[in-house]
Amino acid sequence: MTKRKFGLALSVVLAAGTLLGACGSKDDSSKGDKESKEKNFSIAMVTDLGGIDDKSFNQSAWEGIQKFGKDNALEKGNGGYEYLASKSSSDYNVNLNSLVRRDFNLIFGVGYLMEDSIKEVASQKPKTNFSIIDGKVDAPNVASILFKEQEGAFLAGVAAASVTKSNKIGFVGGIDIPVINRFHAGFVEGVKAVNPDIKVDAVYTGAFDKAELGKTTANRMYTSGVDVIFHAAGATGNGVFTEAKERKTKDANANVWVIGVDADQYKEGQVNDKTNVTLTSVMKRVDIAVQDVAKKAKEDKFPGGEILTYGLSDNGMALADSHGAITDDVMKKIDDYAKQIADGKIKVPEKVEK
Amino acid sequence: MPKKLTTILVPVISVILGLLVGAIVMLVSGYDPVEGYLALWEGIFGDVYTLGGTVRQITPYVLAGLAVAFAFRTGLFNIGVEGQLIMGWLAAAYVGYAFDLPAIIHLPLAILAAAVAGALWAFIPGLLKAKLQVHEVIVTIMMNYIALHVSNAIIKSLTDGGEKTPAIHESASLRSAFLDNLTEYSRMHYGFVIALIMVVIMWFILERTKRGFELKAVGFNQNASEYAGMNVNKNIILAMVISGAFAGLAGAMEALGTFGNVSVIGGFTGIGFDGIAVALLGANAPLGVLLGATLFGSLKFGALNMPNVGIPVEIVSIIIALVIFFVASGYIIRVFLERMSKKKEAK
Repeated sequence: MTKRKFGLALSVVLAAGTLLGACGSKDDSSKGDKESKEKNFSIAMVTDLGGIDDKSFNQSAWEGIQKFGKDNALEKGNGGYEYLASKSSSDYNVNLNSLVRRDFNLIFGVGYLMEDSIKEVASQKPKTNFSIIDGKVDAPNVASILFKEQEGAFLAGVAAASVTKSNKIGFVGGIDIPVINRFHAGFVEGVKAVNPDIKVDAVYTGAFDKAELGKTTANRMYTSGVDVIFHAAGATGNGVFTEAKERKTKDANANVWVIGVDADQYKEGQVNDKTNVTLTSVMKRVDIAVQDVAKKAKEDKFPGGEILTYGLSDNGMALADSHGAITDDVMKKIDDYAKQIADGKIKVPEKVEK
Repeated sequence: MPKKLTTILVPVISVILGLLVGAIVMLVSGYDPVEGYLALWEGIFGDVYTLGGTVRQITPYVLAGLAVAFAFRTGLFNIGVEGQLIMGWLAAAYVGYAFDLPAIIHLPLAILAAAVAGALWAFIPGLLKAKLQVHEVIVTIMMNYIALHVSNAIIKSLTDGGEKTPAIHESASLRSAFLDNLTEYSRMHYGFVIALIMVVIMWFILERTKRGFELKAVGFNQNASEYAGMNVNKNIILAMVISGAFAGLAGAMEALGTFGNVSVIGGFTGIGFDGIAVALLGANAPLGVLLGATLFGSLKFGALNMPNVGIPVEIVSIIIALVIFFVASGYIIRVFLERMSKKKEAK
C-alpha cells in the first residue's frame, strides 16, 4: 500500500518534471524580440468575468481600444494594443501585472469588480498609467471613468413606456451595485415621465455572466404579461434576448421587446431577416471614453487622479438606432427629453426611490 | 517489464500524450504550440514573480485537496468543499477586519475562525449522514449554494448593501513586505507554510493516531468497524468536520492572503471542485495531494500567461484540461504497458 502510494507520488513529480522539462530547452528564443519592438504609445485592457465578447461592456471597451490602435497605426501585441480576459477574480491582478510587465503605457481595468486590483497594482507600479471604468480609484496614476447611466436609461424608459401595450415593463439587472442602480433608477424615472401608472418589475439576477439566469427571469416576466424588458446585466442579458427570440419564433405576433445595454445590441435581437426583438439599446459609449482617455494620455495630458464622468451631453451615453421599432413621434419625444437632460433642465436621480 | 520502470513511464507517457493532444488542438485552431508551451513554462517558472504566483495558486489547492482526500479516506464524498471554503473565506475576512488585535493573536484567530466556519458547514452534512443516513453528496452540493448566497447576503448586511467587506487589518494578513519585494508583488503569502503544516497534520492524524486508524477503518468497511466496537456515526461526523476545517483554511488563504477581503460573488470560485481532482490525482494521500495540487496549480497559473502570446483563454482551458485528463487517466496507460510486456514474455 505505502509502496504504491509512494510510486504514485513519485510519478506525479516526474510527470510535472517532464512536462516542464519538455518546454525548457527553447527558453531563450523569445526574449530577444521583446526589446526590438519600437517604442510606441501602447494601450491594453483587462476584462472582467464577462469576457471580451460579452456583446456589451468589455466588447465596447475593446472596440474603443482597437479604434485607437488603428487611428495611431498600432498593431495588436506588445508595443501596440492588447487585451487579457479574466476567468476568475483572482486573475485580475495577474493579468494587470502581465500587461505592466509587457510595458504597456496605459492599462484599462474594465468594470468596478477590478477596483481593488487596480488600486493595488497601481500603487506597486507607479510608472504605469491605469484607468478604471465604472469604478473610483484615488491614485495619481489612475484615471477613473464613470458614466451617467441614468440619463441613457431615462430615454429607454420613455421608449419602453411609449411602446408597451400591456403597461407592464421589466428590468433585469446584474449584481445590485451603484452602476446598475443608476440604470434602474433612470429607467423607472423615464417610464414614470410618460405614464406614472406603469409599474416596473425589477429583478437583480446577482450575476453578469449567467445567461441561463437571464433567460429564466425573462421567461417569468414575459409570462406574467410584461412586453418590454430592459436588461443591464452584461452577458446574463444575452439570456433575455434568447427568451424573447424563442417567443417570437414560436409566435410571430408575440409582442416582446428587449432593450439592450452598453453597446448597440441590435444583432442580438435578430430573429430572422424581417423580425428583430431589439427595441433599442442604451449605449454606454465605453469606446468613446476609452479613446478619450487614451488620446489625452498619448498627448501627455493623462488625467491621473481625476474622475471623468460621461453623459448625454458629451455623447458618453446615447440610444441606439431603433431600426424603425420606435415611431417618429416617440422619437421626437425622446429627443426632446434628451435635450432637456443634456441642458441640465431634467435631473435624473441615481437611486431608485423606495 | 520491471515495476519501477512502469511507475516512471506511466506519468511520462501521460504528460507527453496530454501535451501532444494539446499541441494538436493549438495547431488545428491556428496557434503555434511551441510558442504556447513556452509561454506556459515561462508563466510557471519564468522568474520570481511567476514563481511566487504559482506558489500562491497552489496553496488553496493543497488545502482543498486535503479536505476532499480526508473525507474520501473515511468513505465520504465531500463535494461541499466549495461551500465550506466560502464560509471560511467569509469568517477569516470578518475576523480580519472587525477586530483590532496584535498580530500574534489576530492572525491565528482569523485562521481558526475560517477553520471553525468550514468545520461547522461540514458538520451539518456529517450529522445528517450519521443520524439519518442522508447521502452526503446531495447535502454537500446543496450546502454549496446555501453558502454562496448566505455569504453574499451577510456581506451585504455587514456593509450596508456594499459588495465587499473592508480590507483586513495588517495584523491579520498573511502577506508580507518581504515576500512582496522578493517576488515583485506576486501576491505570494505565508499561507503556503500553513498548507505544508496541514499536509503533515493530515498524515499524522491518519497514520499515527488511533482516531485516524478508526477513521480509515470506517472508510474501508462500516459494518466491520462497528463489529470491532468503533462508533461509526461519531467517526463520520468527525471526518466531515476535519475535512470542512481544511476547506475553511483554503478560504482563509483567499481572505488573508490573496484578496485581503471578501466580496459578493456571482458564482463559485471553482477551487473546491478542483480540489476533488487534486485529491484523486494524489490518490487521497497527503503527499500525493501536495503533488497533485502542485501540478494543478502550476498548470492553472502558467496558463494565464498563454493569452500573452495570443492564444485565447478558451483554447488554453482545453489544453490544460487535456493534460490533467491524461495524467489522471494514467491507469489506462499502465494497463496498456502491462499488456505489452505480457505479450513480449509470451513470445
